[in-house]
Amino acid sequence: MLGKTANGLFWMYRYMERAENTARLIETGQRIALTRLNQGDDEWASVLQSADCLNGFRSAHDEISRDLAVDWMLRSKDNPSSVVSSVNAARQNARLVRTAITGDVWEAVNSAYMALKTALARKVSERDLPSVLRLIRHHAALVRGVTHGTMLRNDIYDFARLGTFLERADNTARILDVKYYVLLPSARAVGTSIDNVQWESILRSVSAKGGFRMEYGAGGGPREIAAFLILDRRMPRSLAFCAGKLSDNLGYLGSEDDAGNVSRAMVGALRDRLTTKSIDDIFEYGLHEFLQTTLEDLSGISRQIEQDFRFYA
Amino acid sequence: MSENSVFDEMWGRDAQVRAPYKNFFDWFDQEDPKRLRAKNREAEDLFRLTGITFNVYGRAEAEERLIPFDIIPRIISGAEWAKLSRGIEQRVRAINAFLHDIYHTQEIVKAGRIPREMISQNEAFQPKMIGVDVPGGVYTHIVGIDLVCTGPGEFYVLEDNARTPSGVSYMLENRETMLQMFPELFSKNRVQPVQQYPIELRRSLAACAPAMANGDPTVAVLTPGIYNSAYFEHAFLADQMGVELVEGHDLRVIDGRVAMRTTHGYQPIDVLYRRVDDDFLDPLNFNPESQLGVPGIMDVYRAGGITIANAPGTGISDDKAIYSYMPDIVEFYTGERPLLQNVPTWRCSEPDALAYVLDNLEDLVVKEVHGSGGYGMLIGPTATKKEIANFRKKLKARPKNYIAQPTLSLSTVPIFSKTGLAPRHVDLRPYVMVSPDGIKITPGGLTRVALKKGSLVVNSSQGGGTKDTWVLEE
Repeated sequence: MLGKTANGLFWMYRYMERAENTARLIETGQRIALTRLNQGDDEWASVLQSADCLNGFRSAHDEISRDLAVDWMLRSKDNPSSVVSSVNAARQNARLVRTAITGDVWEAVNSAYMALKTALARKVSERDLPSVLRLIRHHAALVRGVTHGTMLRNDIYDFARLGTFLERADNTARILDVKYYVLLPSARAVGTSIDNVQWESILRSVSAKGGFRMEYGAGGGPREIAAFLILDRRMPRSLAFCAGKLSDNLGYLGSEDDAGNVSRAMVGALRDRLTTKSIDDIFEYGLHEFLQTTLEDLSGISRQIEQDFRFYA
Repeated sequence: MSENSVFDEMWGRDAQVRAPYKNFFDWFDQEDPKRLRAKNREAEDLFRLTGITFNVYGRAEAEERLIPFDIIPRIISGAEWAKLSRGIEQRVRAINAFLHDIYHTQEIVKAGRIPREMISQNEAFQPKMIGVDVPGGVYTHIVGIDLVCTGPGEFYVLEDNARTPSGVSYMLENRETMLQMFPELFSKNRVQPVQQYPIELRRSLAACAPAMANGDPTVAVLTPGIYNSAYFEHAFLADQMGVELVEGHDLRVIDGRVAMRTTHGYQPIDVLYRRVDDDFLDPLNFNPESQLGVPGIMDVYRAGGITIANAPGTGISDDKAIYSYMPDIVEFYTGERPLLQNVPTWRCSEPDALAYVLDNLEDLVVKEVHGSGGYGMLIGPTATKKEIANFRKKLKARPKNYIAQPTLSLSTVPIFSKTGLAPRHVDLRPYVMVSPDGIKITPGGLTRVALKKGSLVVNSSQGGGTKDTWVLEE
């Protein structure tokens, strides 16, 4: 496969994943705003921060409001991670790798682009927001579905998966990091209604609420949530799950020769840390520090993959 | 050609449905126009979804547009096609022999059939190709011959496209769309398939691999990139052939081979189907400003390390000045009379021809030999007296600069307009593949149609559309 093609696949799937994650973050923010008792838009700062676009937002706007935050994350062309920018970038990359993906995948990406271009042509009113967010999730699911159902399990698929799981791990780690203070074990705040909403928002933003309830019933607190999202290998958005997938796909890519040895070693170290540590170890080490290290590792792995597989001349 | 009424390929000249269209018309007559109109819209949605678009240059955001598709097929009988394809094959054989000759011993010039300066002073002549022995002896691996029809089975060649003819993806997608929308039509009519084109193209290209290639030759398509107006077609063809789509920056000359950067290192390419013009192919040998090509690819090519399809320098064979010599070229190299007609062309450089042209300016189209895009041209029948008088002066001053042709009465095929069937002018571009194994012509080709009433302009940039083209089994 061409290095350029591997690059295009990697980023096409990263951007599709990002569009979906951003939509989920907006959904969470909206939900918290609706269920909280006191007035104010504090939540949107942390949502923007989770989406890694708070700095960009601040350089464009003086104050944070619901409308501005939602628009920035959904539609802004100045925000490279907005849903519109992400879907455009995903489609641009899909055009670049048109020969590597199946016709079904191309059509799914192209129809996502066309549907969202129409749906996001104008500012989205609060009333229309739920259906627009559902549309984004729906199209992301379609792309994922046809990818799963029509693509050969070869190196093309491996690069698609690498992009998907790097982006997903990055997203999960970021959400946890922004909210780490909510998760820190502290006797003081536990049990208050505000906190319950906050915990739940974390689960919701990675669509893990149902899974968590299935595991822990009505119980489970911050410690369990952190363990679930960091260490549980059955949870498809947990860091351990993503690291396992990255490790598998890099393994397949290296079956013929030494290509990818360096990135494979880096992912191996990350995976080991996520399988050998307990949640208590992590809290002891410091949750924030742990997540920061993980985020740095992830971006290092991304750069190493680019190098190992000759993404650029 | 002198007939007054326009020949319609469905209705003939006497409003009787012609034989090839009978089956289709019976079906059409039974159909509810509302359903057809809905189908027409469905076709557009399908095109948009599959991304069959072309980019429009010069906009802030590279805009993507659809080429309008008309659901009424253009139908050619098997017998008509058999005759036509013999003519095309003969012409393409002659073009290849001509290219080999002018880049080697120039026998045709020595024999006095073409003036020396027509070759040596032609901008499309590529001195870097002199004496180069191209792999398999093939210069034009892919040719598109533009034809117009004036009466039953009367086809004229308007232009030979021997550089990088485009549009074949529309031929394939138009058929795909018709198959999806009206499957019943294809059980009622025995239409010769076109879907084998990509596989045949891959085989044909592989058969042209240089002698040094071993095993199954590696074929790749070279595109200028996603902002090129035909990028969709480049990606489409690479995808359908199952080969890599590369850009200049993916390639590098290594150990005398042109190699592509893969995730496992550089791998040599044997056959490069390039959709990049000669001038941009190699900054070391041609335009030094080019970012689209591969530095040094021409040196690899001359040493027999790669096949470039089509070969550099083929443009001389589809040049307007050379066009008028095509009947001589066909005769000279094949020893046969040309089966396909050229539009009669008067070369004003010749005194007798000039005298005729000056006497008949109001009936002729006069073109500059090296002009293109319809500039510097006189269309006699629609010109004013003053324009003709002015042109007469220019023509007398520099007769060598001009050729003249009669205005042809182009055929029409109905389109499905808002008010039902309406005749519109069409042309036809069949696609031809050449390899040492032989010449293959896909039955049919691309029919372009001028959607505006009375218009002769079929170009997609100026309101032209396309139709599915059927060749029936006999």
